[in-house]
Amino acid sequence: MSSYLYYPGCSMDSSAKSYRDSLDAISGPLGLDLREIDDWNCCGATEYLGTSRTPAYALIARNLAIAEQQTDGSRTLVAPCSACFLNLAKADHAMVESPAFGEQVNAALAAGGLHYDAGSLKVRHLLDVIVHEIGLEAVKAQVTRPLKGLKLAPYMGCMVPRPDYDQRWESHEYPREFDRLLAALGADVVDFPLKTDCCGGHMTQISPPTAFEMIRRLVDNATRAGADMMVTLCPMCQMNIDAFQGEMNHFFKTSYHMPIVFFTQVMGIAFGREPSSVGFGRELVDAHPALNRIGRVEAKTDEEAPSHARVPRAKKTQGLPMPSMADYDEVKL
Amino acid sequence: MSAEEKVPGTPAPETPADDLRVGVYVCHCGSNIAGMVDVEGVRDWAAVNLKDRGVTVAQDYKFMCSSLGQELIEKDIKERGINRVVVAACSPHLHEKTFRTACANAGLNPYLCELVSVREQDSWVHTDRAAATEKAKAILSGGVERVRHHEELEPMRVPIHPASLVVGGGIGGISAALELANAGYPVYLVERTPSIGGHMAQFDKTYPTLDCSACILTPRMVEAGTHPNITLLTYSEVEAVKGYVGNFTVTIRRKARQVDEETCTGCGVCWEKCPVNVIDTEFEAGIGYRKAVYVPFAQAVPKYPVIDKETCTYYLKGTCRACEKFCPPQSIRFDQEDEILNVEVGNIVIATGYQLFDSRRIPQYGYGRLPNVFTSMEFERLSNAAGPTGGHIVLRDGVTEPKTVGIVHCVGSRDRNYNAYCSSICCMQSLKVAHLVKEHTGATVYNFYIDMRTPSKGYDEFYQRLMEEGTIFIRGKVAEITQAAHSPEEEGKLIVQVEDTLAGAQVRIPLDMVVLSAGLEPQADAKEVAQLFGISCGFEGWMLERHPKLDPVATMTDGIFVAGCVQGPKDIPATVAQGAAASARILGRIQQGEMELEPIRASVDEEKCSGCRICNNLCPFSAIIFHEDRMVTEINPALCQGCGTCVAACPAGAISGTGFSNEQILSQIEGLLLRNIVNAAEREAVPA
Repeated sequence: MSSYLYYPGCSMDSSAKSYRDSLDAISGPLGLDLREIDDWNCCGATEYLGTSRTPAYALIARNLAIAEQQTDGSRTLVAPCSACFLNLAKADHAMVESPAFGEQVNAALAAGGLHYDAGSLKVRHLLDVIVHEIGLEAVKAQVTRPLKGLKLAPYMGCMVPRPDYDQRWESHEYPREFDRLLAALGADVVDFPLKTDCCGGHMTQISPPTAFEMIRRLVDNATRAGADMMVTLCPMCQMNIDAFQGEMNHFFKTSYHMPIVFFTQVMGIAFGREPSSVGFGRELVDAHPALNRIGRVEAKTDEEAPSHARVPRAKKTQGLPMPSMADYDEVKL
Repeated sequence: MSAEEKVPGTPAPETPADDLRVGVYVCHCGSNIAGMVDVEGVRDWAAVNLKDRGVTVAQDYKFMCSSLGQELIEKDIKERGINRVVVAACSPHLHEKTFRTACANAGLNPYLCELVSVREQDSWVHTDRAAATEKAKAILSGGVERVRHHEELEPMRVPIHPASLVVGGGIGGISAALELANAGYPVYLVERTPSIGGHMAQFDKTYPTLDCSACILTPRMVEAGTHPNITLLTYSEVEAVKGYVGNFTVTIRRKARQVDEETCTGCGVCWEKCPVNVIDTEFEAGIGYRKAVYVPFAQAVPKYPVIDKETCTYYLKGTCRACEKFCPPQSIRFDQEDEILNVEVGNIVIATGYQLFDSRRIPQYGYGRLPNVFTSMEFERLSNAAGPTGGHIVLRDGVTEPKTVGIVHCVGSRDRNYNAYCSSICCMQSLKVAHLVKEHTGATVYNFYIDMRTPSKGYDEFYQRLMEEGTIFIRGKVAEITQAAHSPEEEGKLIVQVEDTLAGAQVRIPLDMVVLSAGLEPQADAKEVAQLFGISCGFEGWMLERHPKLDPVATMTDGIFVAGCVQGPKDIPATVAQGAAASARILGRIQQGEMELEPIRASVDEEKCSGCRICNNLCPFSAIIFHEDRMVTEINPALCQGCGTCVAACPAGAISGTGFSNEQILSQIEGLLLRNIVNAAEREAVPA
């Protein structure tokens, strides 16, 4: 059992309830012990940082300070929400980078009897911990219902791969770790070129036509790539693409139907959980037609015998051969 | 410090012997040294404070390395009886030889001269003038203490074997081999792949003249293949190198071709009959096919095929043997084994070239994912009439001609995420690609560049020509290449997202085909190869030359030379020139018949040697012999390179190195710490 300090953030109990339920369902099998810190507060989302710097960072750093107080072994603070993760990491980074600014923030925290030693906690996103700490082998070991035939578009969004203070991802433009995780569940992962593009954030409130175009591009490209569903790790992305898809269709007079769910939900399905117990049914763009593609597979089939050193043979066709990506896509179920 | 506390080997403070007359010369090096060190102050300090250490002359001069500077030393030797010389100037790498020669000209044994560096190790690296001046005094004092223990040495002379080894059969290696062979000396040309020719054989055209690459290369390949002085060893690798300049013994593995070269006529029936089709990731850069028994290309030298044991059905399953069945002269030999060959050579040229940057490392450019993203090497094969499409520039489907093509410069070069350096050939290569696309297909061509670099004869004119031809140049680094369309015009295209920095705008350009001008990288095993030959690689993996400007051909190991891209990215003319330059250096040596070696050698005091053999396996030059009968170790002075490894390792202190004796080193340290001065002061303070 690996234990971590856990900062859920406010969406986990509201718009992203399916994220929380599915995370609860899979953390046991993965040996993931998330210890929610007491008395946490809002991370400030995206707007507050733009108005007044010191109070905004003090608001975020209060969470770091109380997490540091509640440390029992692990000094890693895990956040499932991209915005929460980025804000916590950003506050820590800003305090490390500028000790003078760190003092200002700590002066503000001192009013509440708190203090945070910049750099003393490692802030990580849930996906990063599952991929890099739990590991894909451990994930594979829990798969009882491989998602074979289910075409998933891995959508990381913009805030987890960038700016990536701790260099967790192999590429900031086109990371493949999320693809590999979904492949480890047995799913067919489509090549989704907009995997790190922005979902529009709060643009739906500021300039809906702008937001609709951003959502349209994502949904359109996932559809073209042949995906049955988009899979995300961010409550903001999930809400924008799910809740505003209808309005977007109305705006452009289109009829896209692209469900979007959290990666923990599809992990839950692959681990043999009932769809309703891992939050399926809460989405507005119904994911059940897509889910039906994997039918009712009861148990994991025996793994195919590993093919022995395959000789690169080729049939001569009119087309030119593609470059081999073998060493780049090692992880397949 | 009392005498009892002294470290063993530390020389006792002594009064200068009558015959020790040290001359000290401090160089200004213009302002290089004088700008940070009070040169006159150091000179005066030495004249007074080092007087009882034997310093009888102390001078300074603007440029000690100039003729007038050298004459100062020569004059003092002749007229003032100076018999030890210390020059405080630049690194011994640069001018040690200059000052030794000056001493020799005046009749003093050159090894009685010591050059200490107050530039590289002092003035250039400090910002506090007073402290740098004090440091210069200490360095100078160390040199004076050291030179007191110098001995007269005579250089050793070794014969130079007239044969040479050239490693790598690309255009650099071929050029070097031909120069040597045409001068009348034997050459072994070793190539790892089945044919010589290298990357140049893969190219379609060469810039800026657009002459056919094969047409200018193959005559040289044939000449190298048939030259009576060249022993061509293809499909072979160097396994071990022993010896020293003039006298190397090289072990070469000749990998089994499974073909009898004596009888094979190169008729081609075997590869016609072979049923196994393999994607050719080497010569055809992955867009063409070959058989399991093959020659890489039609004009391969030598003409003999090889059987690829990884893919041949007979080696995998034990059946087939079609090639054997149909071979007219019965030349297939499934039982042929690798051969080991030992050759004696005097000098070695390493010309092992480069490998292309792997474009899959930049996933946002889509290579390997998006079918119509090609690398520059794939393009070379596409446009080559002998390539898999017969010279038709088509998309990955094999039939459709592109109507719009983008060429991305600096892929993996000038990018701190990958390689910081400029690969130097890609701008011109991209222009060539642009021209060929236009010529073959009439397509609209875009070049996405950061800066255009065309600095050579006829190169910028070629750039002008391309602009006149109507190629579109967009200055900006490509952010991504994607299939994600934003609008109907982009549907089904590759979209290049780039900031046009001249227009100050983000643009998206839909294209049919993109060619990535991938940069050059050192060969994957460059470090191991360098180690095999006892030379070193720089940070990026390019092999290190002796001097980046003044000796870009030799290496720090005598007798080993580098030519072509193995030393750094360069184009064909520069590679050919470097190959010829390496040969010229070697020919000079061969014609002298023998060369002088530094007499810096280790030797064993047999009285002190306990026969423990700790040193025996440490010698990188295999210069140590152990005499079982007497249980003592001996060092072969011709093989010893004076590296000092055994000297440091000997627990009994039985090994000493000429020029680096314990006495010399420990005295120099004493001098650096200025203990000699303190001792002198103490001696004065306490009357005897």
